[in-house]
Amino acid sequence: METDELIINMGPVHPSTHGVLRFKLRMDGEIIKECTPVLGYLHRGTEKLGEMKTYLQFIPYTDRLDYMSAFPNNYAYVKAVEELAGIEVPLRAEYIRVITMELNRIVNHLVSIGSLLLDLGASTMIMWGFRERENALQLFEKLCGARMTFNYIKPGGVREDIPEGFIPQLNEFLKDMEKRIEDYEQLINSNEIFLMRMKNIGVISAEDAINYGMTGPTLRGSGVDYDLRKYEPYSIYPDLDFKACVRDECDSYARYIVRIEEMKESLHILRQVVDTIPEAKIVSNPKYGVAPMTGTPSAVSTYFPRIFTPPTGEVYSRIEAPKGELGFYIASDGTTKPYRVKIRSPSFCNLTAIPKMVQGLKIPDLIAAFGTIDVVLGDVDR
Amino acid sequence: MTANAYELIVYILTLLGVYEPILNVFQVLGIEYIFKILIVLVEVGILFVFVLLTVMFLTWMERKVVAMVQARYGPMVTGPRGLLQPVMDGVKLIGKEDIIPAKADRWIFTLAPFIVFIPALLVFIPLPFGQSLIISDLRVGLLYIIAISAVSPIAILLAGWASNNKYSLMGAMRAVAQDISYTIPLALTAIAIVLFTGSLSTVDIVNAQSGTWFGIIPKWFIFLQPLGFILFLIASIAEMGRIPFDFQESESELVAGFFTEYSGMKFAMFFLAEYAHLFAVSGIVVTLFLGGWTFPILPFVPAMLVPLVSLGIFLVKTYAVIFFAMWLRDTVPRVRIDQLLNIGWKIMVPLALLNLLLAGFLVTAGVF
Repeated sequence: METDELIINMGPVHPSTHGVLRFKLRMDGEIIKECTPVLGYLHRGTEKLGEMKTYLQFIPYTDRLDYMSAFPNNYAYVKAVEELAGIEVPLRAEYIRVITMELNRIVNHLVSIGSLLLDLGASTMIMWGFRERENALQLFEKLCGARMTFNYIKPGGVREDIPEGFIPQLNEFLKDMEKRIEDYEQLINSNEIFLMRMKNIGVISAEDAINYGMTGPTLRGSGVDYDLRKYEPYSIYPDLDFKACVRDECDSYARYIVRIEEMKESLHILRQVVDTIPEAKIVSNPKYGVAPMTGTPSAVSTYFPRIFTPPTGEVYSRIEAPKGELGFYIASDGTTKPYRVKIRSPSFCNLTAIPKMVQGLKIPDLIAAFGTIDVVLGDVDR
Repeated sequence: MTANAYELIVYILTLLGVYEPILNVFQVLGIEYIFKILIVLVEVGILFVFVLLTVMFLTWMERKVVAMVQARYGPMVTGPRGLLQPVMDGVKLIGKEDIIPAKADRWIFTLAPFIVFIPALLVFIPLPFGQSLIISDLRVGLLYIIAISAVSPIAILLAGWASNNKYSLMGAMRAVAQDISYTIPLALTAIAIVLFTGSLSTVDIVNAQSGTWFGIIPKWFIFLQPLGFILFLIASIAEMGRIPFDFQESESELVAGFFTEYSGMKFAMFFLAEYAHLFAVSGIVVTLFLGGWTFPILPFVPAMLVPLVSLGIFLVKTYAVIFFAMWLRDTVPRVRIDQLLNIGWKIMVPLALLNLLLAGFLVTAGVF
C-alpha cells in the first residue's frame, strides 16, 4: 500500500517540549523516521551580554540559564572568575556553596522526574516533587531572599552568611526527604507500565553518548563513570564521601534511576557538610574587607566591589551541574569586562543526542526519552 | 411490584389519587396516548437531569480525588469545598468563543460533539438504577449497551477527521484502534455472564445475583468470575479512554488528541460525554459483576422503600468503581499505543476466551 510521509511540527508550543523547543518530525504513521530539534526560540544573547557587563553584573544572568538550578550556574561562573583572578575562597564559603548546590541538585532532579512522569501521563509525581521542592525553596529563600534566581555566590565567597535557624530546617528537610524518596520509589520503580515505557527506550550506547558530548546523569545512565566532582574535584568535594551513580542499561530507565540515586547521594553529602561546617568568615580577599558573619544587603556591597579587574588571560572552568558538565570559558583583556564569555551548557549538548535516540521509535517514546534527558530551554538557547 | 420507571410513576400517581382523574380527562378528549408520552417525557427528563447532575458532581469528585492523592486541596473557593466549581466551568465554557478552524469541515465538525454525547446518554436506557428504576427493560439490554457504546468511536473519528489537524487525526485513529480492540474482550466477558443468566436483559442479570450462598456471600458474579471481572474492568477503562489508556487525548504527545481544535460548548460536550460514559460504564460493571442494586439487606426493607434503598445501594457501588478509576488515573502512567494493542489482542482476548470456557464449565457443572 502506498503511504505518505507525515511531517509534524512538535512545538514550539506543545505541552511536553518543556518550553519553546520545536521538533520537526518526519513520521511514517506513528514511527519517527527523522527527528530534528529546532532551537533558538529562547535565545537571549547571554554570551554577548557577558561581554557587555562587568564581572559582577553578569552573575544574575547566569541564574537565568538553567533556571531550575541556578546555584550551580552562579558557582560555575564565579569559579571561572576566581580561577582567572586567583581569588582564594574561605572554607566556610565553600561549605555553604556545596550546601546550596547539592540542595539545588535535589530540586532539579525532583522537577526532572516529576515532569518525566507527567509526560508519561502520571500527574502525581510532579505534585509530590513540587511539595518537597517547596521546602527546599523556602531554605533558599531564607538563605538569600530569592526562590529561583539567587545571585548569591560571589567571587571570593558568598553574599551572606547562613541565617539563624537554617541548619535545623535543613536537617528537617534531609530527614523528610529520605522518607519521600522511598515513597517515590514505591510509586514509580515497580510500576509495570512505567517499566514498559522506559526499559529499552531511548537507548544510546556509551560510545555514542561520549561522541555526542553528553554529560551528567544522561551519560552515567549509559555506563560511563564520569562525574566531575570525582574526575576533576573542585571545592570541598575531595573531602566528602560520595559515589558517582552509574547504570549500564543505557536506556531511559537507567537515566531515571541515576537521578533517584543521585538525590540519595546528595542527601548523604548534605548530611556530612551540615555536621562539619566550620565557623569562619564567608569572604576571603582582604582587599575587599572581611565580611561580617551576618551580612545585610547594604553591607554586602561594601565587601564586594562593583568594579573588578582580573589580569589578562583566559580560563575554562567546569563543574558537575545537575544536568551535566557546565563550563564557562572567560577571556580577559585586563579591563573591567570580559573580552569573551562562552558557556558550555549541559542541556544543549545532551539534546543533540535526541535524534539518534529516537530514530525508529514512536512519538510517545520521544516524549519519554526527551523527559529523561532533562532539558531546560533557557540552558539550551542561552 | 412495578417493572420499570413508567409503571413506577403510574403507581405513585395512583397512590396520590391523581392518576385516574387525569387519565379520565385525557380519555374524554380522546388523546390518551399524549398522557402516556408525557409520563415517558417526565421519566426521561428525570434521567437526563440526574445524569447531568452526576456528571457535574463527577468532575468535582475527580478534582478532589486527584487533589487528595497529590497532597493538595483541589477547588475550594466556589461554593462549600468547591462544590460549585462545575457550574463555574460551565459558565466559563459557554462564554468562550466558538471557533471553527478555517480549513475544517464545518458540518461534521459541529455534528461530532453531538454524536459523541447522544450515545453517552442512550446507554442509560436499559441500566437498572434500582428496583423498578429502569427506563426500559430491553430483552437485548446488554447487546444494546455494547452496540451503543460502539457508536462513539465513529463520532471521535469524525471529530478528528473534520478538524483537519494532524494531532486530531492521530488521536482519532488511536481511539478507534483502541475501541475496536477492547470492545472484543469486553463483549466476550459479558457473554460469560449471559451464559449464567441465559438472558441479555439487565434486570434478569441483576435478579440472578440477588440471593446469597450459605446466607453470607452475596451471589454476585464477581465471585464466580473474578478473572472476568478484572478483564471487564480493564476493558471498560480502555473503552472510557482514561489513563492508563487515554490515547484519544494523550495530552503530552498529541496536545489534546481528537478535540485539539474544539473550544467552548463543543469542547464541553466531549467533556460531559466523557464523564457520562464513566458513570455509565461503572454502572454496567456494577450491574454485571457487583450485583447491581441488590444487597443482602434488601429483603428486610419495607416494600415501599425498596426503590429508594436499592438506588442508594447502586450508587454506592457505582461510586466505588468510579473512585477506583480515578485512583488508577492518579497512580499509573499511560501505556504506549502499540503496547495497548498488544495487551488487548495478545493478553485480553485469549484470557477472555479462557474465561468464557471456565464459565461454560461452571454452567455445565450446574454450579449456578
